[in-house]
Amino acid sequence: MAVVFEKTNMLTETPFHYCPGCTHGIAHRLVAECLQELGVEGNVIGIAPVGCAVFAYNYFNCDMQQAAHGRAPAVATGAKRTNPDKVVFAYQGDGDLASIGTAEIIHAAARGENITVIFINNAIYGMTGGQMAPTTLLGQKSTTSQAGRSVALNGNPIKVCEMLATLDGPSYIARCALSDTANVNKAKKAIKKAFENQIAGKGFAMVELLSSCPTNWGMTPTQAVDFVKEEMTKVFPLGVYKDIDKE
Amino acid sequence: MKVLMKGNEAVAEAAVRGGCRAFFGYPITPQNEIPEYLSRRLPEVGGCFIQAESEVSAINMVYGAAAAGARAMTSSSSPGISLKQEGISYICGAELPCVIVNMVRGGPGLGGIQPAQSDYFQTVKGGGHGDYHMLVYAPNTVQEAVNIMYDAFDKADAYRMPVMILGDGMIGQIMEAVELPPIKDPANFPKKDWATDGTGVGKDRRIVNSLYIEPDVLEEVNHRLFARYDELKKNETRYEEFMCDDAEIVLVAYGTVARIAKSAVSELRAKGIKAGLIRPITLYPFPSEAINAIAAKDCVKSFITTELSMGQMIEDVKLAVNGLKPVDFYGRTGGNVMTPEDLVNYVLNKEDK
Ligand SMILES: Cc1ncc(C[n+]2csc(CCOP(=O)(O)OP(=O)(O)O)c2C)c(N)n1
Ligand code: SF4
Repeated sequence: MAVVFEKTNMLTETPFHYCPGCTHGIAHRLVAECLQELGVEGNVIGIAPVGCAVFAYNYFNCDMQQAAHGRAPAVATGAKRTNPDKVVFAYQGDGDLASIGTAEIIHAAARGENITVIFINNAIYGMTGGQMAPTTLLGQKSTTSQAGRSVALNGNPIKVCEMLATLDGPSYIARCALSDTANVNKAKKAIKKAFENQIAGKGFAMVELLSSCPTNWGMTPTQAVDFVKEEMTKVFPLGVYKDIDKE
Repeated sequence: MKVLMKGNEAVAEAAVRGGCRAFFGYPITPQNEIPEYLSRRLPEVGGCFIQAESEVSAINMVYGAAAAGARAMTSSSSPGISLKQEGISYICGAELPCVIVNMVRGGPGLGGIQPAQSDYFQTVKGGGHGDYHMLVYAPNTVQEAVNIMYDAFDKADAYRMPVMILGDGMIGQIMEAVELPPIKDPANFPKKDWATDGTGVGKDRRIVNSLYIEPDVLEEVNHRLFARYDELKKNETRYEEFMCDDAEIVLVAYGTVARIAKSAVSELRAKGIKAGLIRPITLYPFPSEAINAIAAKDCVKSFITTELSMGQMIEDVKLAVNGLKPVDFYGRTGGNVMTPEDLVNYVLNKEDK
């Protein structure tokens, strides 16, 4: 019988702890598949964030470091600079990357640090129970913006890809959505490219993945992916924001 | 052959000779010569230097490099060390070896840039969150700073914990003749089978982590760390005694102040007063047993702790003396430094009373 699907061996056997319908799991699988397809097994250091993906160190089948909240790009910098021949990636949520860790991500990008960053934007603080994130949409309810996010009180959502694309350091910046098969396939291509750039020594690459949090959005899994596709993409347009190969 | 070197530069060179191959830091007076020196020196030995965007980032770069197996360090001064506390706590929790230099300046807040010892509590009692300690050295000469820095990575690797070297603007800026030891061969450094250097897969893969969700597991980790601190106490406690054999008045001082106190002891002896000095070289582990043994001697009448602070180490001195003899305090702060005469007069005034 022909094998049509196999679990990548860049993931361990540990079952994910993610909620049903959470797209963190898809993001993990895409990253792991790309690493396997690039043949870098035994040459990878992954950095896990603080957030729902903190246990990423149990899932990726490579050496893993757990970083303090928001500091993954700095930790990745230390690992990469002392092991320049290894593939180093940081996996971060939006609270981690776009709030407490803004300095770390901007400067890693500005230095053109030769690492790959996977940025999970689910517009909410998942792990701590649904508080407002820097990427929460205007009007979106969270446990700390119960009437919906307002410009007057909370300001506007932060658009990380647009911001980092203004810097000269990055080699590749793209935003994708984990909302449906076609977009998941696009996301995989972008992640692969982000790793290829690192392997080729082209410098900092980041892929933002619009992601679902059915649990804290109070939605079913299908409502949640629809929200990603219909609502989040309006504020966070998909596309490639920087690609030095095309400049 | 001795060379004349500024303290900060001598420490930087000793770091390289002791195996340092990665430095991450952020500028702050009075330690800037360390990053400046290493920015040109480390590339010569195939090492890496990064001026980070902040002390927070710098210590987390140290975390990543140390976790991946490198001999990595950072240096800073008080306000910057405050920012590093989160990272230091994580480094202790994840049991990573590294070296941190703190050329202490006065505080609180932005404070001043002159010598101070007001970070004693922060350094030996924690600073960051959680139950942890570091191996803490307080050199009192440039040569001693060099010798301590030279072996600091060996100690850090042996105990898998950070070593902190506590100096101040005086130690950092003073120029003294030093003998530099030969460069250590990295081939002789211990193998780190726990390091996440990227080669791990399957059951050989490694995780550097300080998260332990299960209470029993975290409790076990805390006990493991403290068993290591017991080893430190046994093997690494260092101090110097000066004229303590028949001393009636015993000064306790570390770092810069210990040099001043030593001169004061000699002047007091010349005046017929039997003074002595005990100088902790490690602040953690603290030489409590040595101090307690001196306190138990019949000839000893009292102790005077002298510091560039409002009185921090004195708490550990009192714990060590354990009520056997009175413990007085003489301190200067704000970047002011006492002279030997200040100390002599303080002792003479006390004797009069
Ligand atoms: C210094 C610090 N502050 C706060 C926290 C608490 N905390 C844990 S996860 C988290 C937010 C995570 O949200 P995000 O990065 O968006 O990831 P998600 O859980 O949504 O995947 C916070 C605030 C912490 N662990 N450390
Ligand atoms: S809380 Fe949200 S982000 Fe976290 S695992 Fe559940 S669905 Fe995913």
